[in-house]
Amino acid sequence: MTQHSLGEFEELVLLMVAALHDEAYGVVILEGLEEKLKKKVNISAVHVALKRIEDKGFVKSRMGGITEDRGGRRKKFYVITALGKRMLDAQYDLRNSIYKQIPKISFG
Amino acid sequence: MKKTIGPPRFAHRFFRWYCHPRMRNHIEGDLLEDYRDRVHKKGKWKADVRFVLDVLLLLRPEIIRPLEGYKNLNTYGMYKSYFKIGWRNLAKNKGYSFINIGGLALGMAVAMLISLWVYDELSFNKYHQNYETIAQVYRLQNRGGERGVSTSHVTGLGTLLKTEYASHFKNVAMIRARTEERVLAFGENKFTQSGYFMQPEGAEMLTLKMVRGTRQGLTDMKSILLAESVAKKLFGDADPINQVVLMDAKWDLKVTGVYEDLPKNSTFYDASYFAPLDLYIDGWGSLTSWDNYFVYIYVQLNEGGNFEELSRYIKDVMLAHVDAETKESKPEIFLHPMGQWHLDSEFKNGELTTSKRMLSVWYYSAIGVFVLLLACINFMNLSTARSEKRAKEVGIRKSIGSMRGQLIQQFFGETLLVAFLSAVIALIIVQLSLPWFNYVSDKNIALPISNPLFWLACVAFTLFTGLLAGSYPALYLSSFNAVKILKGTFKAGRFAVLPRRVLVVVQFTVSITLTIGTIIVYQQIQFAKNRPVGYSRANLIGMRTASPEYKGQYHTLRNELKSTNLVEEIAEANYSIIDTRGWNGGFSWHGNKYDQTFNTIYVTHEYGKTVGWEFVAGRDFSRDFPSDLSGIVINESAAAILSLENPVGESLSWMDRGEFKILGVVKDMVKGSPYEPTDPSIIFLSESDMQWLYIKIKPEVSAHEALPKIQSVLASIVPSAPFDYTFADEAYDAKFKAEERIGKLATLFSVLALLISCLGLFGLASFIAEQRTKEIGIRKILGASIPNLWKMLSKDFAVLVIIACSVSIPLSYYFMNSWLGQYEYRTAISWNVFAFTALGALVITLLTVSFQAIKAAVANPVKSLRSE
Repeated sequence: MTQHSLGEFEELVLLMVAALHDEAYGVVILEGLEEKLKKKVNISAVHVALKRIEDKGFVKSRMGGITEDRGGRRKKFYVITALGKRMLDAQYDLRNSIYKQIPKISFG
Repeated sequence: MKKTIGPPRFAHRFFRWYCHPRMRNHIEGDLLEDYRDRVHKKGKWKADVRFVLDVLLLLRPEIIRPLEGYKNLNTYGMYKSYFKIGWRNLAKNKGYSFINIGGLALGMAVAMLISLWVYDELSFNKYHQNYETIAQVYRLQNRGGERGVSTSHVTGLGTLLKTEYASHFKNVAMIRARTEERVLAFGENKFTQSGYFMQPEGAEMLTLKMVRGTRQGLTDMKSILLAESVAKKLFGDADPINQVVLMDAKWDLKVTGVYEDLPKNSTFYDASYFAPLDLYIDGWGSLTSWDNYFVYIYVQLNEGGNFEELSRYIKDVMLAHVDAETKESKPEIFLHPMGQWHLDSEFKNGELTTSKRMLSVWYYSAIGVFVLLLACINFMNLSTARSEKRAKEVGIRKSIGSMRGQLIQQFFGETLLVAFLSAVIALIIVQLSLPWFNYVSDKNIALPISNPLFWLACVAFTLFTGLLAGSYPALYLSSFNAVKILKGTFKAGRFAVLPRRVLVVVQFTVSITLTIGTIIVYQQIQFAKNRPVGYSRANLIGMRTASPEYKGQYHTLRNELKSTNLVEEIAEANYSIIDTRGWNGGFSWHGNKYDQTFNTIYVTHEYGKTVGWEFVAGRDFSRDFPSDLSGIVINESAAAILSLENPVGESLSWMDRGEFKILGVVKDMVKGSPYEPTDPSIIFLSESDMQWLYIKIKPEVSAHEALPKIQSVLASIVPSAPFDYTFADEAYDAKFKAEERIGKLATLFSVLALLISCLGLFGLASFIAEQRTKEIGIRKILGASIPNLWKMLSKDFAVLVIIACSVSIPLSYYFMNSWLGQYEYRTAISWNVFAFTALGALVITLLTVSFQAIKAAVANPVKSLRSE
């Protein structure tokens, strides 16, 4: 699992894909991220991150149906893979375990 | 306004230009979706800016298309689809697939077996590394008005080539012509083995693969090289080098080398030992004699030597050394290269002719090709018969843009899939049947699994079969007109049926010809087996008197053996009863000299009783008349040559050996080939220098019971001789081996050919029945009876088989007549062979077809007419 690292933004995109489950495609992910992060996110950054995590095998994709408001273009839906899920779990555990080591001193 | 709804044109175009085609559409979709959102929320201007910005930000290495432009790297997907469709078709029609794959696999298995056999024949002697440069010395000589060819030479010639012509040869070695049977003993282990007596250079020349010791092992006269298997028998796991074996209880020979057993496809395969030639001629011959023809001479050429040139050069070397009589016969020697020994060594009047072996290689190759062809025809037949089912698929593929070339590719692909499956099954069949095939064909063939060339050949063979079988269906199916098919007006016409019929006729012609051939081969074998042989082989055992201890023990042996009450009679002779050696001329009657030579053998008094002579006239030798010692018994053929009115009582003189009185005339004994005329024989009495002992066991005693007793008697009188006996009837039956081999193989191939043809017929019949379901339904409604329908459906096929018969009968008559022509004693070809085969073929055809015909005829017409 260590051979593929996961960048910070990539991790966020992956989390978003996992959270949206089966409904995740470019624009929705973008909107979701903007909502959570409360700042503008660039669509290009999302697509590059998606391509990278797909190449790494953390998500897989399928083509959706044709919708009118996209100029007749298909949506590409992303779903998280088992590998991606394990990656997220590992990242979560890692952060958690380090977090727990923080001494309980008041940071007044 | 409509114009302004879209994002900035140039940015959009720019994006489409640089983006990787794989991602172009969905990213574009996202961009457009986003853009619309923004137009709604923030207005067109801001949205346009964002769009341009996005497009520029997307200009990254991951998203930009490759420079050289994007294309699919292969048409893998298309092939995957072909494979899938092909597989589904096989799985859907399990019956047809079984017939197709099974038939093709059988055909391929036969072709593979035959290829292995042919390869084995063609690679004969290649085990010897000097294969290219070794030759045997042959001699042409006038003999009875013809130029005869002989391989036995005088030792003087070999020595001459070795000394005076040494510069022309790398090696010259003389070997005792034919193998010699000798008893090899080490302690209690003794075995009769056949091997060669050879000059020391021979081992190097034949490149014996030494397991122990060296090839130089024969330089000492008292040495011997043993085959690995023999060494193992004699010494077990102990090291045989420098051990001493006793040969024929006379000579102590030191084992100086052990060589790997020679393979079955070597001329010297039966050499279980090589002993020095010096030992063989010790005491009675020399290496420089010019009057005793008893050795083969082998030479190995120098690098770059030419057989023909050298042959011309040494042609006349004998003339200066031989006596006047031999000189008159114009002896002329030449070199016969090792590559030709096995398949190209038959001479007729001094010229090479096509040998029987070469012919059989051709015959078997032809059979292999034919059987494979049958299987391929089957395949084509079934594929085209199913064409109407595939027609719709072809139509749709064509109308959505398939090129004809692609369709051809598809159907070839499907055939290759089937051919590949068949090849795998065929390999399994070959592997399983090889032991049996080796037994029948007297070979020792194994699948060369570790040889990459073999696998390459297999793949090439599979491709070839696939392309052959697939060519017609691929071209035929791909030629359909899409419009006609889809409109439903397509109907396989008259011309589609014609080739199929021709194919069936060809199949049956081949099968019937093979069957007739097989029957005639068996008739010939049976005919020769039923030939009266002139003596009785039952309960007769023979063995070589392979020990000096036999000398002078004849009467003791006879008394001891007869006193066991198990033995009827024993006798000795100087030659075996199943060979025709011992020829002499120079007989005359009252001064009339006979030109012919006679087969002369020496026997003891009891020979006639032991082998069961059948007398035509006169009497047997008898111990009651001492004068019988100068008496002779002749056979009918000899009597015919002598042409005496009443031969019994007449006297023949034989050169200066005196007068011999004819005591009796016996029926001819078939000693040599059962297919050849018997030899004129004159039989003399003698008791010295006998090579063969014959023992007749009493008819009421079983051999099982008698053999141990006989063995113990022999062991007490001649302890050094092994008890290596053969039953005369078994030895005689061995003479039929070659023909029985042909018979068995021919049976196998014709049964397979017939089976493949029937499989094809079965498939075709079922298909035609299916195609005519509607017609049959309507006919039934209109009142046709089941026999009527059966007749209608079967008639077509019966006609085809009758045509096949009429082609194959003259064909097989021609072939079998020429095959029988090689035998002097042969059966006549009778018309009922043809009649029965034709009838049999017809019956088999009708049975095959009837199954489908009756199935179609009894079907409920309502069902067949309601569909649609």
